[in-house]
Amino acid sequence: MSYTSKSPWIIHYDGSSCNGCDIEVLAALTPLYDAERFGVINTGNPKHADIFVVTGGVNAQNAPVIKQIYDQMLEPKVVVACGACACGGGVYQECYNVMGGTDAIIPVDAYVPGCAVRPEAVMDAVVAGVQILEEKRAALKAGKKNRSAADAATGAHASCANVPDTPGAGGAGVE
Amino acid sequence: MSKRTVIPFGPQHPVLPEPVHLDLVMEDEKVVTAIPRIGFVHRGLEKLVEKRDYTQFVYVTERICGICSFGHSLGYSQCVEQLMGIEITERAEYLRTIFHELSRVHSHLLWLGLAADAFGHEALFMHCWRLRERVLDIFEQCTGGRVIFSACDVGGFRQDVSDETLAGIVITLDKLEQEYRQIARAFLDDSSVRNRLVGVGHLSKEQASANSLVGPFGRASGLVVDERLYGLGAYGELAAFEPVLSEDGDCYARCDVRIREVYQSIAIIRELAAKIPAGEVMVPVKGKPEAGARAMSTVEQPRGQAFYYAVGNGTKFLERMRVRTPTSQNLAGLVAALEGCDFADVPNIILTIDPCISCTER
Repeated sequence: MSYTSKSPWIIHYDGSSCNGCDIEVLAALTPLYDAERFGVINTGNPKHADIFVVTGGVNAQNAPVIKQIYDQMLEPKVVVACGACACGGGVYQECYNVMGGTDAIIPVDAYVPGCAVRPEAVMDAVVAGVQILEEKRAALKAGKKNRSAADAATGAHASCANVPDTPGAGGAGVE
Repeated sequence: MSKRTVIPFGPQHPVLPEPVHLDLVMEDEKVVTAIPRIGFVHRGLEKLVEKRDYTQFVYVTERICGICSFGHSLGYSQCVEQLMGIEITERAEYLRTIFHELSRVHSHLLWLGLAADAFGHEALFMHCWRLRERVLDIFEQCTGGRVIFSACDVGGFRQDVSDETLAGIVITLDKLEQEYRQIARAFLDDSSVRNRLVGVGHLSKEQASANSLVGPFGRASGLVVDERLYGLGAYGELAAFEPVLSEDGDCYARCDVRIREVYQSIAIIRELAAKIPAGEVMVPVKGKPEAGARAMSTVEQPRGQAFYYAVGNGTKFLERMRVRTPTSQNLAGLVAALEGCDFADVPNIILTIDPCISCTER
């Protein structure tokens, strides 16, 4: 990571984890690990967040909640699945009420292994997430530029070009 | 009657590290009733006992909750040992108790930080979590894990911790205690903190008793509820044990009780580390639980009494494993404490019961 145009704010949601990963995600923000030196702030508002940190697996109750938080976040956004459960169900894989990892319902950009995850790993993932965020932002910008150029060529109304168009699943961006 | 409004609170909320949903029925700024809804973290761990044998299930019980992980593995191990008639060594009992009390120190420091965050004192949150890292360092050095460390097992304690290491732990805790005193003063004496906590979310002793509150939540209302009084494990070896009580029953009292419990836990560790007997820490575990055999055990978790119940069926799999956790008891008290409070105090009151939703829902 060499340059980022803004501080990545994270939003954290506990899917159906045991709490171990949640407290490690919080520990990554506290003085010993201090992810705040990378500009990371834990926010409670999905609309302010760039990186969605999910811990724990997905079940029928929390799937709509995760989906809703993800949908409320603005593009570009990155999803980090923290811990073995968020990656694929973990130790609860065979439980009747666990549908699997986070990627069962929303696209995931970074997977963090560990049960529970270590704060170092969470920081690594967030820093990797920032990189992905930059790429997505660049792709989004390029896409917009291309589109307005194309619109100008076809004589389309300029304001139509500014209507945000959701890029493909996972916000992979427009080539 | 003025107009009533329903405000949804959670499952995703800045003060909640874990998801729980409350429908707050409001009249102006006052909460009339709070209707909790749980189930966001339900995984169905009790049913998993049919797929994991009794030695593997220790790992599952640990993951009921990451904050009280040691307590859960301790309660389960005690229960299965009773079921199979296993006598563990005295040194293992001592080590289990020492680590259980260390978990309490870590859990209470974690809670103090979250509580500080709930009433808007970010710096205090950081200080509490900075101190908590010392306890996690002890866990990491002794067992390799920070929050889930698989140290307790059926038959004893997985790996011995030398007497020198225990002496080192006591020195670390002595230093921690000095710094902790300063932080505790910020919680108890600071006028801005007192303004947010004193008289908020009051529960009388009668209400606490009627709602069967457990743990620090009950003790802050004057209820004498502490499993450690019964002297299970190495608690019986202590020279004296007095539960930490308060009569006030408000958020400030709950804070005060937990703050004093940290001193108490450090004193217990100091006493046990001084007189721990030498010997083995594991006894070999063979055989299967008999069909129809039943056993129960209780543990005083950082959040209160946790109850474990196991039934054998003659195979290496248990027939039934039941856990009743402190927060599921305390949710009724939470609803009672929320009645009539100001909307701005809701996060504070929710936090002062020290909710552990992962435990509650399993």
